[in-house]
Amino acid sequence: MSRENALVSTQWVEENLDTPGIVLVEVDEDTTAYDKGHIKGAIKLDWTTDLQDQVRRDFVSKEQFEALLSAKGVSNDDTVVLYGGNNNWFAAYAYWYFTLYGHADVKLMDGGRKKWELDSRELTDELPERAATSYTATEQDRSIRAFRDDAVAAIGVSNLIDVRSPDEYAGRLLAPAHLPQEQSQRAGHVPTSLNVPWSKNCNDDGTFKSDDDLKALYAEAGIDDSKDTIALCRIGERSSLTWFVLKELLGHQSVKNYDGSWTEYGSLVGVPIALGDEPGDA
Amino acid sequence: MCGATEGGLSLDGVNVAKEAIIQGQVLRDGEPVGNAYVRLLDRTGEFTAEVPTSASGHFRFFAGEGDWTLRTLAPKADPVDRAVRASVGSIAEVSIAV
Repeated sequence: MSRENALVSTQWVEENLDTPGIVLVEVDEDTTAYDKGHIKGAIKLDWTTDLQDQVRRDFVSKEQFEALLSAKGVSNDDTVVLYGGNNNWFAAYAYWYFTLYGHADVKLMDGGRKKWELDSRELTDELPERAATSYTATEQDRSIRAFRDDAVAAIGVSNLIDVRSPDEYAGRLLAPAHLPQEQSQRAGHVPTSLNVPWSKNCNDDGTFKSDDDLKALYAEAGIDDSKDTIALCRIGERSSLTWFVLKELLGHQSVKNYDGSWTEYGSLVGVPIALGDEPGDA
Repeated sequence: MCGATEGGLSLDGVNVAKEAIIQGQVLRDGEPVGNAYVRLLDRTGEFTAEVPTSASGHFRFFAGEGDWTLRTLAPKADPVDRAVRASVGSIAEVSIAV
């Protein structure tokens, strides 16, 4: 994977709005954003209902994912171009999710909805009509998904990259600051995890920094290229963006996203937690 | 309701006494800007959060005690930085002109 295969620009998207075989998909943290206006032809995925099991805390099953994409009119051979708000947090999450279930050709629109809006490009409230398909997913690719035991086992052994803001990492905030801070789990971070906030991957307009800048960022942070890497945040969406950078843009071999992230780890009984700005000891 | 901005975003269901709230409105020539982005930078200038403004130009953050910077991005405007101090149990109101 590389930048050329994994990313498209807002200009490219505007030039390909009517190109057959390309499906635009908007995924936002604010699930009402699409309804207020979206890129022409784009379909909506609601991460809270479409992509999450509604009973237990997990993703939808392979069969549910197949039913979802079939109903939305997405084919296995379509090029899926994802975009969304929050600098593509949830679009990156969906990118990782599509990859987890084996979609062959998936891309992110660089800069997401914000870049599109700051470019003053057109949005519509017109809903697209797509004929239903018969979509087939693969089994989950567990090589890109970490679970809680993987996070614990990685302490002092693998690269753990905590992408939350410095105040969340240190334990001074419990959630990103656009959300109320009333949370039940403990504050802090996984010992030995390095704090590389997701925002350092991006320019102010939401586009990704150059490969050279990104390589320098992770080298300076102290990531060891010879080791496996697990990215985590609070609920696994911001860390999807960093997973995208490390795996898809920079081509690191073994990078997993820990979707349970801090809301799970910070609620576990008996696991070690570090407080403050330093990674802490294993 | 108590503490809400006149014409601003609802704080229903939020325990304001436990939050250090920063909120306000983005204006251009006195008119609300509904397609701006406001980002919250911490005391070191590091990104902490970002929200799109509402149709009425309003935004809100739940910050921590201390000094913050608001950076506002809007179409066809240069970014605008504003310093703000937040404290738990109060609401810091900021009006931003782009």
